[in-house]
Amino acid sequence: MRIISGRVVVLVLFILLIVCFIRALKQEPSLLPSVQIDKQLPLFKLPTLDTHTDQPPHFLATSDLQGQVALLNIWASWCSACSEEQAFLNTLSQQGLIIYGLNYKDETDAARQFLIDWGNPYYTIGQDSKGAVAMDLGVYGTPETFLIDKKGFIRYRYVGVLTQEAFERVLLPRIRLLEEAS
Amino acid sequence: MRYIVGFLILLYCAIGFSNSLYPLATQKQERQFDALLKEVRCLVCQNQDIADSHAPLAQDLREKIYLLVQQGKTTPFIKSYLTTRYGDFILFNPPFKGITFVLWVAPFGLLGALLLLLIRQAKRSQSR
Repeated sequence: MRIISGRVVVLVLFILLIVCFIRALKQEPSLLPSVQIDKQLPLFKLPTLDTHTDQPPHFLATSDLQGQVALLNIWASWCSACSEEQAFLNTLSQQGLIIYGLNYKDETDAARQFLIDWGNPYYTIGQDSKGAVAMDLGVYGTPETFLIDKKGFIRYRYVGVLTQEAFERVLLPRIRLLEEAS
Repeated sequence: MRYIVGFLILLYCAIGFSNSLYPLATQKQERQFDALLKEVRCLVCQNQDIADSHAPLAQDLREKIYLLVQQGKTTPFIKSYLTTRYGDFILFNPPFKGITFVLWVAPFGLLGALLLLLIRQAKRSQSR
């Protein structure tokens, strides 16, 4: 009786390991979950990227991202993947979703040109030319999109090109919940 | 010929050193900096440390750590600064807490369990 139970234990362990192995193969290990979910946005105050050079300097500060559910999109003109999601972001903003932009380690002129080439879905854009704010956010690659609630808390971070499918799967349900909250 | 090859190898290794770009006041700080660079993962090329990686993020992290070391911050402080923003994955040696306890202990636990089973099997086949 003892010999049989020993073999059964080994067999069960083996099957468990195979199950874990198969599940692990399906995951994308290089994509990291944000550790700042449910934390407040880091404090920052960045100069904005204004499309007209004759305007006085404006700033995008953390407090600006409070009061509404919004997306914060990390992008740069040198990031080719960012152009892939721009059309979809344009659609989203036309549908009324507020999208803030964080222009990451970029040049003002190149950034302006990118917006001319690919469209501008952004309500306001902050120029994070040194990447300090992005580092506080835990950004490790562009594009990334953060979901910010009405109180200025980070509720989700999506890494990669934001497609319609991804938006409907991970962002839209959360946006709906957050909109209903006070 | 082999002197040329030897010299080229030496040159290549010298270029690999990051210290000349990040001069520090004391040797203790230099050692702290070197140790940190080897312990922090480059999140772009995730099997490299930031001492070796050429990725822009690695460069930014090197500069930030350099700044913090210059300011006299301790290694635990700097590690905490990084993990608060990027998570435990940014360190090659995850801290010994909570779920990472399982990560550390499980291999030894499994090995121990297997050894016990083996010993049991060996004893049984001996006693036949």
